[in-house]
Amino acid sequence: MGAEGAGEAAAEEQEPQEAAGSGGWERRIAGGLAFLRRRVTGDYEVDEFGYDEELTDQVLMSVLRPLADKYFRVEVKGVENIPSEGGALIVANHSGTLPLDGLMLQVAVHDHHPANRHLRLLAADLVFMLPVVNELARKAGHTLACADDAQRLLEGGEVVGVMPEGFKGIGKPFGERYKLQRFGRGGFVSTALCAGVPIVPCSIVGAEEIYPMIGNSKTLARVLGIPYFPITPTFPWLGPLGAVPLPTKWTIQFGEPIPTDGYPPEAAEDPMLMFNLTDQVREQIQHTLYKLLVQRRSVFF
Amino acid sequence: MGKVVLVTGAARQLGGRFVRRVQRDSGVDRVIAVDAVPPGHDLGDAEFVLADIRQPAIARVLAEHSVDTVVHLDVSGKALGAGGRTAVKENNVIGTMQLLGACQKSPTVQRLVIKSSTSVYGSAPRDPAVFTETTPPKSLPSGGFAKDAVEVEGYVRGFARRRPDVAVCVLRFANILGPDPDSPLADYLALPVLPTVFGYDPRLQFVHEDDVIDVIGIASHEPRRGTLNSGTFNIAGDGVLLLSQCSRRLGRPTVPLLLPAVTWVGSALRTIGMTDFSPEQIRLLTHGRVVSTVQMRETLGFHPRFSTAETFAAYADSRGPGLLPPERVGRAVDRLAGPASRAGHIQLTSPGRGAHRRWRTPRSFRSTTTARGRGARSVPHGAGRGRAAAGPRDPRRPVGRL
Repeated sequence: MGAEGAGEAAAEEQEPQEAAGSGGWERRIAGGLAFLRRRVTGDYEVDEFGYDEELTDQVLMSVLRPLADKYFRVEVKGVENIPSEGGALIVANHSGTLPLDGLMLQVAVHDHHPANRHLRLLAADLVFMLPVVNELARKAGHTLACADDAQRLLEGGEVVGVMPEGFKGIGKPFGERYKLQRFGRGGFVSTALCAGVPIVPCSIVGAEEIYPMIGNSKTLARVLGIPYFPITPTFPWLGPLGAVPLPTKWTIQFGEPIPTDGYPPEAAEDPMLMFNLTDQVREQIQHTLYKLLVQRRSVFF
Repeated sequence: MGKVVLVTGAARQLGGRFVRRVQRDSGVDRVIAVDAVPPGHDLGDAEFVLADIRQPAIARVLAEHSVDTVVHLDVSGKALGAGGRTAVKENNVIGTMQLLGACQKSPTVQRLVIKSSTSVYGSAPRDPAVFTETTPPKSLPSGGFAKDAVEVEGYVRGFARRRPDVAVCVLRFANILGPDPDSPLADYLALPVLPTVFGYDPRLQFVHEDDVIDVIGIASHEPRRGTLNSGTFNIAGDGVLLLSQCSRRLGRPTVPLLLPAVTWVGSALRTIGMTDFSPEQIRLLTHGRVVSTVQMRETLGFHPRFSTAETFAAYADSRGPGLLPPERVGRAVDRLAGPASRAGHIQLTSPGRGAHRRWRTPRSFRSTTTARGRGARSVPHGAGRGRAAAGPRDPRRPVGRL
């Protein structure tokens, strides 16, 4: 079999160049049609969270990848800090008015990790109220940020991503960029402790400047039922064109994992320990953010 | 002395099947089948008692036959004959109250099994993705069958408190489907064109009718060794199907409508009596609902024979093809795939030809590729292996060659 394979490889080597190129093309067409056939006949599987791995890998990731690789030119560091198997909780800072940082983080983890791990993001409940958005979010493997879902995913050995700053982080004004907000109530720490998975702090630089939010129309936000209504130098003045993010240069750095398996089972109920661990994670992310900002040459390059 | 089992709702398909089934079980002496209308199906050797569980007469039936196991299946979302939502609600809630009152007075009753529904959890965007038996619902069902089920469970909890000597088992079933189901969701899936809520793709779980009968059987007997059959259990098949998958597997096209329009269409269909498309049903079809079945497996010791997908396949088979049968859609894609795979074929099997000849396919190839059915995937074996072997080389290939 091996020798045969080598023979085939040699045969292919002799192929003229156009055949090699078009062979790839046709295989892609054939693969695409097989994919299409499975989709239109409903012959695919989703997990209990509604995560559609095939759709995510084949379609959603392909849509996001150019944005990550070409537009924001995301540089990923320390991806080896994410374990190759078993659960882990990635805790990242949140910014950028629209949660593009979460999506880029998902692409970064999948494309740069040697085990191609799938990141399961925890999202705000607003995501699951909006039509279309909720459907895509579920299919991309996101679920509601609540302890039940997080624990279920972690115990299932998934890599879970959480941005504990929530709307306070993503909707903060431009002047407060890279200043971490309060980390919720530290629920993510107790979830990680319960599941006994390491916490991987993650710092994302570049997302703050994609939509510099210079104002926030509270009235409009109230009318629309959203947590904030951003006003940037281009939005809403230029209409849909103003919603195009600035092409900043991003860096995503994963830090040293913080182990949580050395604690006794009742530790998850200890508020002091929770606050201490939350602060430790927060400090580490903030510190890394400052370090990356010092190293950064320019916002756009 | 063997057991005397009383089954309510015997005139329904499910009740009738359970009555026929339970009388064959060892240790069961007699089966008393109760309903307010005579059943249209055979009940075997069971004794049918025409009684309305909403009336106190049910207490006399319990006493007369010294019933020790009560299986209450007459909690349903749909009226059996004529009669609207009011009659259904009265039957569910008042019927359960009367039956529980009768059980409380009866000294012989030792076991009570209640058919409930996972709709007690409601469906809301703020709910966790998977409900366990202890998850408190974020928004209680506001009406319809789901509210009945919540109330029924409330009365059952009260009964369990007052009669701690009676083993009470509440079975929360996911959507029951089978060859002959009678549930609002089955009615919905039988529509030629499925109206869906635009921008939402709910996760659904199904449980097969055969599994329903089996699990009620487990709950109505003494627990097997190492298991416990009193308490509340979610019952659902493994896995999850999205509504979009369901419609594609059924071959029924969907019409996405905006949420207000769906509510309107639902109430219109309800008015003309085509389907019981209640608001809670619409919420299910908007946000979906998935329950955890860990308790069912580990505590109750029940392992369903049908997964959600298998249950659905059985249902789809019993319904016949829809407007767009998946086989035909698949064939259409294959026809589309035909030229592509043929081109791949000739190009891969005949190295040395120029790119301009790629699309010319000899007749013999055409027949082999179409015979393969799933033509899209059929890359010749040798070529596939060759590609696998060549894979690592790819990065080093000069750009000009690509």
